[in-house]
Amino acid sequence: MNRESQLNIYTPEMEDGTGQPMAQSSVSAGFPSPAEDNFGVKLDLNRELVRNPASTFYARVSGVSMVDEGIDDGDLLVIDKSVEPYDGALAVCFIDGEFTLKRFLDRGDHALLMPANSRYEPIRVSAESDFRVWGVVQYLIKRM
Amino acid sequence: MIGLCDCNNFFVSCERLFNPALEGRPVIVVGSNDGCVVARSNEAKALGIKMSQPLFQIRDLVARHRVTTISSNLTLYGDISQRIMATLRREIPSIEIYSIDEAFLDLSGVEEQELHALARRVVERVRRDIGMPVSVGIAPTKTLAKVATDLCKRYPKLRSVCVMRREEDIAKVMHSYPVRDVWGIGRRSTAMLGSYNITTAEQFRNAPKGWISAKMGVVGLRIWRELWGESCIKIDNTPSARQSIMVSRSFRHEIEDVESLSRTIATFASQTCEKLRRQHSLAAQVEVFIRTNPHREDHPQHNVERVGMLSTPTDSTLEIVKMATAMLRELFFKGYKYKRAGVVLSNITPNQGVQRSMFDTIERDKHKALMETMDRLNQEMGRGAIVVGAQGEGVAPSRKENSSPNYTTSWEDIISVKV
Repeated sequence: MNRESQLNIYTPEMEDGTGQPMAQSSVSAGFPSPAEDNFGVKLDLNRELVRNPASTFYARVSGVSMVDEGIDDGDLLVIDKSVEPYDGALAVCFIDGEFTLKRFLDRGDHALLMPANSRYEPIRVSAESDFRVWGVVQYLIKRM
Repeated sequence: MIGLCDCNNFFVSCERLFNPALEGRPVIVVGSNDGCVVARSNEAKALGIKMSQPLFQIRDLVARHRVTTISSNLTLYGDISQRIMATLRREIPSIEIYSIDEAFLDLSGVEEQELHALARRVVERVRRDIGMPVSVGIAPTKTLAKVATDLCKRYPKLRSVCVMRREEDIAKVMHSYPVRDVWGIGRRSTAMLGSYNITTAEQFRNAPKGWISAKMGVVGLRIWRELWGESCIKIDNTPSARQSIMVSRSFRHEIEDVESLSRTIATFASQTCEKLRRQHSLAAQVEVFIRTNPHREDHPQHNVERVGMLSTPTDSTLEIVKMATAMLRELFFKGYKYKRAGVVLSNITPNQGVQRSMFDTIERDKHKALMETMDRLNQEMGRGAIVVGAQGEGVAPSRKENSSPNYTTSWEDIISVKV
């Protein structure tokens, strides 16, 4: 087939990433490619990582108290505030004036914030502490 | 039934969301240019700080009570507002966004005995999902829903939910509710009503219909009917009807020459166009307004606006900047000191299948390609990297002192979690 007679159609990249790409094979008279039917949707990381956009926030890790879980300085956290904190959740907590990231252990009458680094002690959350779970971490994004 | 969801001390609550240490402390947010109070925490209200008060008037109070003062960050508040509206829509399909921090809820299909539980669920969900405290008032009309929401704020024991459904409940509230706080009753009406010893909503309701109509016209009559439970102001849930995009600022130093003001208007126009393209829309109406300083009674005042229609809806910065600056030159008068200006785009439609005017001479495809390139470069290289000639140089504003980071809209500014 004469290459110059081919017509290639591309779609513009949509800002919201939800655009449907059009067929990308050349248009010609004859038997259509069976793969045409599956021209479908592109993979969108936003959709995979963000279940609820309205309640999802990002934060940057600063510090080393969670290195044994592979959480390092500079990593990016995807936090969903709509998730109820559960026992064992990796949670962004606010305690006594600061944000911190720890494993949240619900012990009924008190809570424990567990680090993942032997050089750090667990934090016992007492009734007097100014404490709240700010959000539950859903994904950790790390630059390799 | 109609609900009103209203965020409590919205700007302050947005700041507290990313800085929980501000909870329980007096906090005020001031307009980033004019330095007037635009939001107060309950603790700041209790100190007697008033809305719109200039910061210089309360310096002593602020220092004495260690009131945290934050410059407003409208980018952050706008993002949080969108999150709240999206969350409300998941509970109630038909809502009308009334302002950045309020939305009317269409509850026409909801069983009356379920209203309270629904309102409670909305309050708890917005609190949990976004961290924003809101109040929900429910009543037969918008005006009464406003009253119900106001009661939530006056009476903490309502725990942010107030359903005012039966006439006997409404009558009880009307008995002591100040008429000046009723939605739509302004300062002049309050004074006029006061001269007839009408100070409560009950006295207002009991005034004869004909008297209200004679004294306050159709607008007053509509308020009167709404207070009697007859819904006159319908929920407007068509997204386009209310929609407009505005960029406006007060200036630190008043502007007196047309060239500087023209560059400013060009910058504002260009920012509205960026927003317009981001939401894949077109605008058919451009408004430009300029204002002198209302606090300087010794200066001559000049407050004018002009509205221009485009024959073909557009999102082109070139077209809109050209139109806006041309309108500015008609509005501008030498000899006035302008303190504030703005550009508003309205008549907004989705960018698809536009009907072109027969006399359209603009090369739309070229404009489109140019705008896409401009937006991409500004995104990659930072806002203000590429501007149209009319904007002049060095107009891209840096972040103001004392305002919070853009926690939700800039990767550089997301919160840092100590680990």
